[in-house]
Amino acid sequence: MATDTETTGAGIPTDDTAGYSPDSPAPVIEPPRARTARTPKSTRTNFELYGWLFMRLSGILLFVLVLYHLLIQLVLDGGVTKIGFAFVAGRWASPFWQTWDLVMLWLAMLHGGNGLRTIINDYAERDNTRMWLKMLLYTATVFTVLLGTLVIFTFDPDIR
Amino acid sequence: MSTPVMDKEERAAKAAADHLITATFRIRRFNPEISAEASWEDFRIEIDPKERVLDALHKIKWEVDGTLTFRRSCAHGICGSDAMRINGRNRLACKTLIKDLSPSKPISVEAIKGLTVLKDLIVDMDPFFQAYRDVMPFLVTSGNEPTRERHQTAEDRERFDDTTKCILCAACTSSCPVFWNDGQYFGPAAIVNAHRFIFDSRDEAAEQRLEILNDKDGVWRCRTTFNCTDACPRGIEVTKAIQEVKRALITRRF
Repeated sequence: MATDTETTGAGIPTDDTAGYSPDSPAPVIEPPRARTARTPKSTRTNFELYGWLFMRLSGILLFVLVLYHLLIQLVLDGGVTKIGFAFVAGRWASPFWQTWDLVMLWLAMLHGGNGLRTIINDYAERDNTRMWLKMLLYTATVFTVLLGTLVIFTFDPDIR
Repeated sequence: MSTPVMDKEERAAKAAADHLITATFRIRRFNPEISAEASWEDFRIEIDPKERVLDALHKIKWEVDGTLTFRRSCAHGICGSDAMRINGRNRLACKTLIKDLSPSKPISVEAIKGLTVLKDLIVDMDPFFQAYRDVMPFLVTSGNEPTRERHQTAEDRERFDDTTKCILCAACTSSCPVFWNDGQYFGPAAIVNAHRFIFDSRDEAAEQRLEILNDKDGVWRCRTTFNCTDACPRGIEVTKAIQEVKRALITRRF
């Protein structure tokens, strides 16, 4: 149903609206949420299912990864003052911490990116706004993930 | 006896009015033939606090302002016509007693949100029922029609008992912040009614309904805010039903 609705946005009455009668009725208010021909068709993919599941699983993993990360970086062994180029170089000499940071980077960026995607979907009102916000988000996510991965793998402790 | 001078009629009138209170109803009025803007209008009426909000609306419509427009049919919480936002919460006007709303302060009454207001408290329910129709809310079976009833054990019936109580009043869907945004989300009510058939042992289209709700605007848009469970006048655990559909989708896949 509701495929026969035409938009009459220009006809919304303002203050001066007295004088409507059966012969000149007030303009019809179109339901903004009717399912029309322009409503996207069903996609029949499991993307949202996997996205939902990913959020739960990555959340559990991130809880452990980030908590230990913060503990090591900010609390243990002299706290935040110990962090310097040498400290980072020392940690990334070990493949264990390289993997840890890589996993944390990817999970955190995808988790946060997907979370922001759902927030944009929920709150952006116009299709154009939604599209551009998501483009911005995807660009930032891809850029950060690639840059971080590049740095972790090509880190040179002897750089000057 | 103590006041023999008091006229009998006068006394009867006083006794009759004794239990009445003066309550203010602040109603969100909208008439597109008068103004494009909706506005609040206060009505002060004398009413028994043990009456319902619907009785107050009737009193206003019948005795004060006949242009007040709202839906109601059975007036006993079964037909689901008179869901409205009373004091900021979605409720059925016919199940809300005035004494429960602290009537010393103005009681606000407005149309449910997320659906186009047509006039005063009446909204266009088409998008709501469209979502309902989309989940195929009817029994789907294959094979020959049995000559008797389709039997079901008490346990199988119990599985979806909660979601059979839905009266389609839209209190849940119109309390859902995800539905408020673009209205493409199926909404709690449609998912509840899909749940009612997905978990019915006699039905054979659970797979199809799950596939429909697996889509972009299906159950995965639920943010588990529990607004729907709070709003349901029938006490259905709506969010739980949505979670059960999610779980069915996950276990079906893995």
